[in-house]
Amino acid sequence: MATTTYSPTDSQPRLVGRDRGSRSGIWVGIFAITMSFAAFTSALYVRQGSGDWAHIVLPGIMYANTVILLISSLTMEMSRRTIASSWRSGVRERGGAWPWLAATLVLGLAFVSGQYLAWRHLAAQGLYLATNSNSSFFYVFTAMHALHLLGGIAALIYLMGRCAGSHGTVRPILFHNTAVYWHFMGVLWLYLLLVICTRL
Amino acid sequence: MEETSVQPAHVHAPPEGFIRKHVFSLDHKVIGKQYYGLALVAVFMGMTLSWLMRFHLVWPTAKVPGLDLLSPAGAPGGIITPEYYLSLLTMHGTLMVFFVLTNAPFAGFGNYFLPIQIGAEDMAFPRFNMMSFWATLAAFLVLVLAFFIPDGPPISGWTAYAPLSAVGKDAGPGLGWGQSLWAISIAVFCIGQLLGSLNFIATTLDLRAKGMTFMRMPICTWAWFITSCIALLAFAVLLPACLLLLLDRMAGTSFFIPSGLVVSDRLQNHAGGSPLLWQHLFWFFGHPEVYIAILPAVGIVSHVLITSMRKPMLSAKVLIYSMLSIGFLSWMVWGHHMFVSGMNPFSSLLFSFPTLTITIPATIITLIWLGSLYGANIQITSASLFALGFVSMFVSGGVSGFFLAQPSIDIYLHATYFVVGHFHMVMGVAAIFGILSGTYFWFPKMSGRMMNETLGKLHFWITFVGTYCIFMPFHYLGIVGNIRRYSSFVNDFMAPLMPLHKFVSIAAFVTGAAQFIFLYNLIHSRFRGKPAPDNPWNATSLEWSIPSPPPWDNFGGKHPVIYHDPYQYGVKGSKGDFVMQDSPEQLASG
Amino acid sequence: MGKLFAIILTIIALASAYPIVVHKYVQPVDISTHGHAIDEQLSDTMAEAGFAFLGAQLLLAFFVWKFSNRKDGSKVTHLPGGAKLMVATAFILVGTEVLALGVLGQKAWADVYFTPPKPDALQVQAQAGQFAFYFRYPGADGKFAPLHPDKIDEGNGNYFGLDPANDVDARDDIVTGELAIPINREIHLLMHAKDVGHSFYVRELRIQQDFVPGLDLSLHFTATQPGRYEIVCTQLCGLGHYNMKAYLNVLSQEDFDKWLKEKATEQ
Repeated sequence: MATTTYSPTDSQPRLVGRDRGSRSGIWVGIFAITMSFAAFTSALYVRQGSGDWAHIVLPGIMYANTVILLISSLTMEMSRRTIASSWRSGVRERGGAWPWLAATLVLGLAFVSGQYLAWRHLAAQGLYLATNSNSSFFYVFTAMHALHLLGGIAALIYLMGRCAGSHGTVRPILFHNTAVYWHFMGVLWLYLLLVICTRL
Repeated sequence: MEETSVQPAHVHAPPEGFIRKHVFSLDHKVIGKQYYGLALVAVFMGMTLSWLMRFHLVWPTAKVPGLDLLSPAGAPGGIITPEYYLSLLTMHGTLMVFFVLTNAPFAGFGNYFLPIQIGAEDMAFPRFNMMSFWATLAAFLVLVLAFFIPDGPPISGWTAYAPLSAVGKDAGPGLGWGQSLWAISIAVFCIGQLLGSLNFIATTLDLRAKGMTFMRMPICTWAWFITSCIALLAFAVLLPACLLLLLDRMAGTSFFIPSGLVVSDRLQNHAGGSPLLWQHLFWFFGHPEVYIAILPAVGIVSHVLITSMRKPMLSAKVLIYSMLSIGFLSWMVWGHHMFVSGMNPFSSLLFSFPTLTITIPATIITLIWLGSLYGANIQITSASLFALGFVSMFVSGGVSGFFLAQPSIDIYLHATYFVVGHFHMVMGVAAIFGILSGTYFWFPKMSGRMMNETLGKLHFWITFVGTYCIFMPFHYLGIVGNIRRYSSFVNDFMAPLMPLHKFVSIAAFVTGAAQFIFLYNLIHSRFRGKPAPDNPWNATSLEWSIPSPPPWDNFGGKHPVIYHDPYQYGVKGSKGDFVMQDSPEQLASG
Repeated sequence: MGKLFAIILTIIALASAYPIVVHKYVQPVDISTHGHAIDEQLSDTMAEAGFAFLGAQLLLAFFVWKFSNRKDGSKVTHLPGGAKLMVATAFILVGTEVLALGVLGQKAWADVYFTPPKPDALQVQAQAGQFAFYFRYPGADGKFAPLHPDKIDEGNGNYFGLDPANDVDARDDIVTGELAIPINREIHLLMHAKDVGHSFYVRELRIQQDFVPGLDLSLHFTATQPGRYEIVCTQLCGLGHYNMKAYLNVLSQEDFDKWLKEKATEQ
C-alpha cells in the first residue's frame, strides 16, 4: 500500500512506491500518441496533392462538440484541484471530487455522441470512410481521437469508482495524471480541428 | 498539517501461486525471461524457414518431406512453389526482425536487468509491463496463424510494400487473409512495444537509486534507455501505418492505392493513394528499428567486454554520446532505403549525407572498443568470445554500409544480394552475437547455474566461422548482380554462381545445426548446471551484488546506494582488481 | 584460446578480401555512357572499405592475441592518447571519407537524375505488370496514345489498354515484348506500372529505377555496345517475380529501323 509524503510547502507531492514513475509515464505516453498523430498528419500532407481531393464542409455540431470538450477540461481541472487542496489541508476527503468527475464524464460522453452525430451528418451527404481521400482522413482522425478519449473516459470511471468507495484514499497523482491526459485530449482535438478545417 | 510518515512501499506484493509467479507475472525478471523464451521459439522458427529457403534455392525440385502436410497448396508433394518461397521469406524476415531482434536484446535482457542495474525493485508500471509481453505473444500467435490458413502467409516481404500488400488477394496467394493477419499482428506488436518502452523510459527517469546519476548507469542500461526512446517514437509511427493498410484492405479506402490499377485482369476500385506514402511511413519506422535491433547489443557487448578485459573502456561517456548520436541521426536517414524508389532524386542526396555521417559515431564506438582492448587482460569465455565476435561482425556489416549509403552506387547494388549480405551481417549476425554474449554472461545470474563453457566455446567457433561463410559470399553475389527475393535462379546469368550458392547453403545448415548445441546447453544447464555464485565474473555492476537468482524484489527490501561509476576495474596505478558499484570502497591508488 | 581467435579472424579477414582483390567477382561489362562514374565510385569505395575492414579486423586480431589471458601478472593499462585519440581518428578518417565519397559521388548521381533527356532522345514507354515487361514505341506520328486500363486485354495482345478505334494516335503505336534500341542514341524510357510496384534493372546499363503505380517516372540512358542484355524486375511483385524479365537488344541504327518496321507490320 503506497503512501505519499506531503508537506504544505510542496507544490507537487513526492512520489513513492508504486507512484514513482507515473508522472513521467503519462508524459511519455502523451509523446507517443503525439507521434502517432504526427504520422497521420504527414500521411494527409502527402495525399493532399491527389486528384480526388474535395473539400468537406464541417458539420456545425463539431464546433459545439469542441466547446463541450473544453468545458470538460475545466470540470476535470476542478476535480483535480479539489483533491489536491484537500490533501494539502491534510484531509483525505474524496467526495468533493465526485460531482466534478461526473460532470467531466457526462461532457466526455456528450462529445463522443456529438462526434457520432457528425459522422451521421457526413454520411447523409454521401461521405463515408472510403468515399474519397478527404473523407477517409476525416473519419480516421476523428475516430482515432475518440478512441483515445474513450481511454480517458475509462480512467474517469475508475476514479469515480474509487471516490465513491466506502474506504481508502485516492492519491492526488491519479487525478493529476488523468487531468493531464484529459487536457491533452482537448489540445489534440483543437489541433485536429485546425487540420480538418484548413486541409480537408 | 501533518506529514504522513513514509514507509516506501513495494511496487507490488510478493507473488503467490504458480500462475502469479510464472505465467501472469508482474515481476520484470519473469517478464524478461518470457520475452527471451518467445524470442528463442521465434529464432528457431525463423532459422528453419531460412533452411527451407536455402534448400530450395540450390535444389529447387527436391522434396521436403512433410512440408506438403503443413501447406498442400504451397508445397505440393513437398516441393516449394515460388509463392511459398516468398511466404517463407516474408515470415522469416518478420519473425527475425520483430520477434527476435526487438524482443531478446531489448525486451528480454532489458526488462530483466535495467531495473536491477539502476537499483530499482521493479519497473515503474508492472501491470503495463505484463500487458506488453502478452500483447507481444498475442501478436506472435496471430502471425503464426497465417501458416495455417488455406491461402498461406503473405508473399510481400517483411516490408509489405503497397500496392502489392494493399489490394488484396487479386495480387497473389497469401495476400488475402495472410496479409491481413500480418498487419494485425504487427499492429498488436506495436502496442506491446509502446507499453514496454513507456516502462523503460519512466523507470530510468524516476526509479534510479540514491547516487545513481545518469552517468553512473552501466553502458547497457544507457543502450536500453536510448533504444526505448527510439522505439517509443518508431512504433508510434508503424501503428498508424498498419492501421491505414488494414483500412485499404478491408474498408475500401485508398491511402496507398492509386487509380487505374489492373490486377489479375480486374480493374481495382481505388483512387488517390500513394504507394510511396507506405514506403515513407514504413521506413521512417524501419530505419530506427534497425538501431533498436543493434544498440542493445552494442550496450551488452560493451558491458561484457569491460568485465572480460578487467579494465574500463577508454571512455564510457564517449560511447554513450556516440549511442545518443546514432539515436538522433537514425531519424534522418530513412530515405536511403528509397534511393531508386521514384522519390525526388534531390531527396536521395539529402538522405545520403546523414547516412554517411552515422559512420562517425559507429567508428568512434568501434575504435573505443579496439583502443580499450590495448593493454587489457581479456578473460576468454564464451561470453567474451561472442562479444569479440560482435566487434568483428559490426565492422564487417558496417563497412558494406559505406557502399549502400551512396545513391550512385545504390543504383547498381539496390535489390541485390549485397544488401542482403549487409543487413544480415549487421543484424542477423552481430545483433545475435550480442544476444548470445549476454546469454552466456547473465545466465548464471538469471538461473543460479553456470552454463557449460566447453559447449559454449564450440558453439562460438562453429557459429563465428559459419556465419562468415554464409554471409560474406552474399557481397560477392551482389557485386556480380544476383537479385534478391528471387525464389529461383532460372537463367544463364545466374548459373555460374550456383556453386557459391551451394557453399552458402551447406554453411547455413552446419551453422544452424550448431545452434542446437546452444539450445542443449541452455536447457541442460538450467537444470543440471554447476551452482553459480553471486558474482562468477568478478563484475562490478549492481546485478552482481544480489543473489543468483535474485529474490522477487531484487534487493531484498534494501535500497542500494551508489558510490561511483559501474566500471571500477583496476588500471595500472591502482591497487585491487575491481570495486562494486554499491561499495563505498575506492580503488586505492598506489 | 585468444590466440586461436586471432588466427582464425586473420584467416577469415584475408579470405574475405581475397576474392575482391583478385577480381574474382566483378560487375558485368558497362555498356552505358554514365556507368564509368558509378564503377569508379564503386572501386574507390571498395578500396576505402577494404582498408577499413582489413585494418579493423587485423587490429582486433592483434590485440586479442597480445592482450588475452595474460599470465605475466602485469597490470592492465590504457592506450596512450585515450579516447581523444580515437575520436579524433574517427572524425578524420570518416570525415574525409564522408566528404570524399559523398561529394564526389554526386556527379554520378546527377548524370543519371539531374540531367534532362536530350530533345532528340528516342522515346519508348515501358509497362511493368505481373509478370512481364512490355514496350511501346510511338510510331510515325511520334505521339503516345492515352492508356485505358479498362481496355486491357492480354488475351488479344492489348497489354497497354489502347483504343485504336477512338484514339487516332493509338493506330500507329508499336507494342513489343523486347526493348530494342539503337546504339549510341539516347533513350528516354517512360515508365508505367500496371498493377503493383516493379522495377527496371539492367546491370550492364548501370540503371535501376522502380515503377511506381500512379506516378509518371522516366529514365534516360545511352547504350554504347551492341548485344542482348537482361532487363530484370527487382521490386518484389508477386509469385512470378523471379521470372519477370525482358531483353534489351542494342542494335545498329540500321538494324533497329528494320526491326521497328517489322514490328509495325505485326501490330
